[in-house]
Amino acid sequence: MKILVCISKTPDTTSKIAFKNNQTQFDEAGVQWIINPYDEWFSLVRAIEIKEKDAASIIHLVTVGGADCDPIIRKALALGGDEAFRINAESNDSFYIAAQIAELAKKNGYDIIFTGKEAIDYNSSAIGGMIAELTDLPYISLATLFTLDGSTATITREIEGGEEVASVSLPVVVSCQKGIAEQRIPNMRGIMAARTKPLQVIEPSPIDALTSIVSFELPPAKAGCKMVAADNVPELIRLLHEEAKAF
Amino acid sequence: MSVLIYIEHAEGHIKKSANEVLTYGTKLAAQMGTSAAGLLLGTVKDNLADLGRFGVTTIHQVSNETLNQLDSQVTAKAIADAATQTGATVIIFSQTPTGKSIASRVAARLKAGLVAGAAALPDTSNGFVVRKTVFSGKAFANISITSAIKVIALNPNSLSAVETTGIATVSPLTLTIDAAKITTTAVNIISGEVPLTEADIVVSGGRGLKGPENWGVLLDLAKVLGAGTACSRPVGDAHWRPHHEHVGQTGVQIAPNLYIALGISGAIQHLAGVNRSKVMVVINKDPEAPFFKAADYGIVGDLFEIVPQMTAEIKKLKGIV
Ligand SMILES: Cc1cc2nc3c(=O)[nH]c(=O)nc-3n(C[C@H](O)[C@H](O)[C@H](O)COP(=O)(O)OP(=O)(O)OC[C@H]3O[C@@H](n4cnc5c(N)ncnc54)[C@H](O)[C@@H]3O)c2cc1C
Ligand SMILES: Nc1ncnc2c1ncn2[C@@H]1O[C@H](COP(=O)(O)O)[C@@H](O)[C@H]1O
Repeated sequence: MKILVCISKTPDTTSKIAFKNNQTQFDEAGVQWIINPYDEWFSLVRAIEIKEKDAASIIHLVTVGGADCDPIIRKALALGGDEAFRINAESNDSFYIAAQIAELAKKNGYDIIFTGKEAIDYNSSAIGGMIAELTDLPYISLATLFTLDGSTATITREIEGGEEVASVSLPVVVSCQKGIAEQRIPNMRGIMAARTKPLQVIEPSPIDALTSIVSFELPPAKAGCKMVAADNVPELIRLLHEEAKAF
Repeated sequence: MSVLIYIEHAEGHIKKSANEVLTYGTKLAAQMGTSAAGLLLGTVKDNLADLGRFGVTTIHQVSNETLNQLDSQVTAKAIADAATQTGATVIIFSQTPTGKSIASRVAARLKAGLVAGAAALPDTSNGFVVRKTVFSGKAFANISITSAIKVIALNPNSLSAVETTGIATVSPLTLTIDAAKITTTAVNIISGEVPLTEADIVVSGGRGLKGPENWGVLLDLAKVLGAGTACSRPVGDAHWRPHHEHVGQTGVQIAPNLYIALGISGAIQHLAGVNRSKVMVVINKDPEAPFFKAADYGIVGDLFEIVPQMTAEIKKLKGIV
């Protein structure tokens, strides 16, 4: 089984969100960078589990980003990837990123391409579908379970108000979320091994971005919380009904 | 040049999110001085002409039964072909689980720039700039789409559907539909519950409820309000509640009109999934709980005493005995 896991670098979930240069750039001062939780906890771990059952499997990692992504990709190697590719380009355009990954995928040929459900910075949930379209593969989004039987995958995916079970022949692109695997912590052996695992930097293919960020905005500050005394529940309900018109 | 709006449906019925995108697409078309049409793939029991009440004049329907089941590859090709055939230059989706699996494919197929998670109508005064939520609702980004064809996936609940009295013309569309590679073997809709992402009101519980056996107070409140139910991550992790109820940065992201948080501390990762709610109410016994900083209304107190009183009070208001 040849598996590609897409890894993105995102700010830690507790990061202060602020912008600079006239609100046109994310302010990275003091920000801790992590592997996007969906990629680390779910798609990468599910790939590792597949390899643990079928030792002949190979796990490739790919990230589209600058040299500042290297620590992130090393950590992913420490968790259990075999080989990593960094496509040396910075972009926030989903199409640009997906097209770069699709080029690599077409060249190497994978049985499974895993992405996370979404990157927690731009929250587009788009890269997986785009890779699938550009490589002409089936795509199953928001997977909560993934089982393999030979070359057939059975996948449970989230739909509005429930879930759907689907089966598909490999190759397939899958976006992963909670349920598909349990988060793991890298161990010392993995960290040592990661140092010598190959991390190949490749130059991007010539592809035009189709979108660009003009500016950022922070939502207006809340007016503050109106406190109601614990012995005055009817007042809370009155406020919700009459003032907030919430029901 | 026109606007094409993808209409989602399930179990034979048009989804609430479709009403929102129809309203959005119609407004956008008016702003651009062009027309808007809906696109329905498959068959529904609802009367499609009625969708005219959201402003669209035409609904294109590809009544191929196989399209009732989702294979994003087949669906995306059909939508892209429909867009080409009808001369659409902007295609609108809802950023729902279904929308997430097809909008991105359609965009890549048509080499169209995508804004997924749009929060407002585009600014078309100078180019085409769409506002979207980023950093899990903690900020907005204004994104310029520079390609000729544009795809927008609108966040559910970010605009209210506007109803008038129009009737739409339903026009059949014939397309070549590929054979599906994905076979759907089971669909489990959690019955009797309001889907979280579509719920107008959500009542949510955290570790403060102490254990699954105590959920009755929360469920009673949700029932009188016709609300969906949610929970914090530790509650989902401990299997006190099904994992699909887990909201937050790593769970479901919701934007109801009213979010009631019971015994939830308000960690930043929790807020990331709920901070787009219009009104937030917090019941917590700790006055220092961070949630109060983000909330609109709050009571400091024991939820086990307060919540039953809330339920009783709402029953009184609604005349339920
Ligand atoms: C990377 C990352 C991602 C995460 N993603 C998520 C996510 O998606 N969603 C999420 O929810 N969390 C997430 N978390 C976890 C988050 O940081 C918090 O730990 C979690 O939200 C806390 O859950 P809680 O509020 O239910 O529990 P606690 O923090 O334990 O809070 C319980 C609250 O109940 C109150 N309480 C207790 N008894 C009563 C009573 N009788 N009456 C009234 N109030 C009472 C307490 O005062 C307290 O404030 C994530 C964490 C990390 C690191
Ligand atoms: N720059 C990137 N490099 C590699 N993979 C990425 C990148 N950005 C996003 N992804 C993958 O695509 C998933 C969805 O991201 P998004 O569509 O941006 O929300 C992430 O969970 C990653 O698996």
